[in-house]
Amino acid sequence: MAEIVIKNLKKKFGDFTAVQSSSFKIEDGEFFMLLGPSGCGKTTTLRMIAGLELPTSGEIYIDGEEVGQKPASQRDIAFVFQMFALYPHMNVRKNISYPLVSQGMPRAKVREKVAEVAKILGIEDIIDRPVGGLSGGDRQRVALGRAIVRNPKAFMMDEPLGALDAEFREHMAEELRALHDRMGATTVYVTHDQLEAMQMGDKIVVMNHGVIEQFGAPQDIYDKPATLFVADFIGSPPMNFLRFHGSVHPGTDQVTLHHHTFNVPVMREPFEGDMVFGVRPEHVSLDDESGYRGEILAAEYLGTTQIITINAPNGELKARIPSNQSVRPGETVGLAFNAATVTLFDNQSGRALTSALNEGVLSHG
Amino acid sequence: MSSFSITEPSRTQKWVAGALVVGYALITLLPLIWILTTGFKSPVDAISYPPKVFFEPSLEGYVNLFTTRTRVSPEQLQALPPPASWYEEIVRNRDMVIAGPSRYGERFLNSVIIGFGSTFLSVFLGTLAAYAFSRFKVPLKDDLLFFILSTRMMPPIAVAIPIFLMFRSLGLSDTHLGMILLYTAVNISLSVWLLKGFIDEIPREYEEAALIDGYTRFQAFYKVVLPQAATGIASTAIFCLIFSWNEYAFAVLLTSGTAQTAPPFIPTIIGVGGQDWPAVAAGATLFLVPVLVFTILLRKHLLRGITFGAVRK
Repeated sequence: MAEIVIKNLKKKFGDFTAVQSSSFKIEDGEFFMLLGPSGCGKTTTLRMIAGLELPTSGEIYIDGEEVGQKPASQRDIAFVFQMFALYPHMNVRKNISYPLVSQGMPRAKVREKVAEVAKILGIEDIIDRPVGGLSGGDRQRVALGRAIVRNPKAFMMDEPLGALDAEFREHMAEELRALHDRMGATTVYVTHDQLEAMQMGDKIVVMNHGVIEQFGAPQDIYDKPATLFVADFIGSPPMNFLRFHGSVHPGTDQVTLHHHTFNVPVMREPFEGDMVFGVRPEHVSLDDESGYRGEILAAEYLGTTQIITINAPNGELKARIPSNQSVRPGETVGLAFNAATVTLFDNQSGRALTSALNEGVLSHG
Repeated sequence: MSSFSITEPSRTQKWVAGALVVGYALITLLPLIWILTTGFKSPVDAISYPPKVFFEPSLEGYVNLFTTRTRVSPEQLQALPPPASWYEEIVRNRDMVIAGPSRYGERFLNSVIIGFGSTFLSVFLGTLAAYAFSRFKVPLKDDLLFFILSTRMMPPIAVAIPIFLMFRSLGLSDTHLGMILLYTAVNISLSVWLLKGFIDEIPREYEEAALIDGYTRFQAFYKVVLPQAATGIASTAIFCLIFSWNEYAFAVLLTSGTAQTAPPFIPTIIGVGGQDWPAVAAGATLFLVPVLVFTILLRKHLLRGITFGAVRK
């Protein structure tokens, strides 16, 4: 298993820049998520690590060795494709043994290894079937089998659950994570599904337009977003953005929105101009004593909680509140925010302003 | 029949449809049946009017196809020892003796060499070119593909004279190599375009998976892409073979001796000893066999090939 280090990685397709100067480090044994909307460069980044695309510039280190310009076959990594890419003219056993055959492993050894992998994945009963008739989940398992059979230095997975239906995806995600925990293999996983990323990843890189927006543990990315994009992309519903004009200085712990003062984490940098007051829906509460009021537009019932949409003076916002709290559309309510969780952003650049909350995260992000 | 329905057709509908199919099949098969039966007729039956549907089968046409014969006087015939074989007997009945084998065998072999040789070459080069066009950044790709297609934009025979002169000065006239190269040149555009379509349909992930699994680009092509493209290769091969096998005009123009193929030879059979229609028909019948066998062997692939792209995997 191996540590993967990416330095100033860049990829251009003609005039189009798919990945702009990315740098990050994947620790040995980490389950690492590349997250972003489609076209953000996450798949290109993964393909460069795998050797399916050659970077325009920059370096890739796998286990300390620079492999940026080496062909995929020499990198000793495994790749799980979204559409599985099982060899259609071979049966399950042949598919799984194919990477071993290329290494010239003796036949008896290959059989033994394939049997071992089939056992781990629970596909012993389909081992001699052609891959054509398999269900999505079994194809996925065969694709995983082909990846793990070789004990590669690292796994690359390109939306491996994307082709499965929703119900099964959850189950497969658990299986994948359990497999990873058992093998402890460095895994790089591409997804556009933020829930999947939060659920499975040890670390997440959030990309947008070929640029890394933030890099860190799921909790940090959720609680301490470095940019407006991350705050908006992560979380469902996303973070609320209340736009206002004002100024802060190091040491400030209050801001004024529409004549009402709200506490925020102690600021560490000065800023003056258009700002965004960012607060997650679960940190918004209804408070009759608050003078900052808004009209309830809608309520969505979700079981234990409900999401209510409120038209507040600085824009629309959503709050996640217990479902036993009764609210009616049209009603005007007072709003309170959990001060310790608020992030202020520069509205123009989208950058989060450093505060006591996020200073630890932003310094290396 | 006013509205479209997917219910089982009625008995009458089935009967009408069946009759139409059988009728159409009969019309298209009639010339073939004519050729097939004429080959087994005697020369008199072959030209009788009205045509004879029922006749006494004879192998005279096939014997005449494979032999050259000389007429002898009845006295000379009497002096000869009795015929040693059934075919000699057929010939003697016409007051003739066998002088030697005809050239049909040689011409047929030429057709096999040239037809299959050019088919192999067209498909081999076509597959490599199609793969490259499908997968790699080729400078001026679109222009090159258009150029390759443009060789089909006029009938090949339109350039017969330049080709004739070119072949003469290159010493390719009446050679197997020359004909193989010529038919390959005509077929290659079809082959590249057809195969590019097939290879485009094969997801790149298969090769990428093979690359990751430790195979080189060529191994990935050979072990993963080729088996996937087998359908396309088979149907392309059939199309190429049908063209080069049946080609007549260039064969007449460019071959006369060593490399003459069967199509220009078959009509000349008629000139040997009168209007020998059964021999011509026999030659044409045998000439159909290789393409038929080849097509039947690849039929499984051909069916899928014709419907390629119709169904998304």
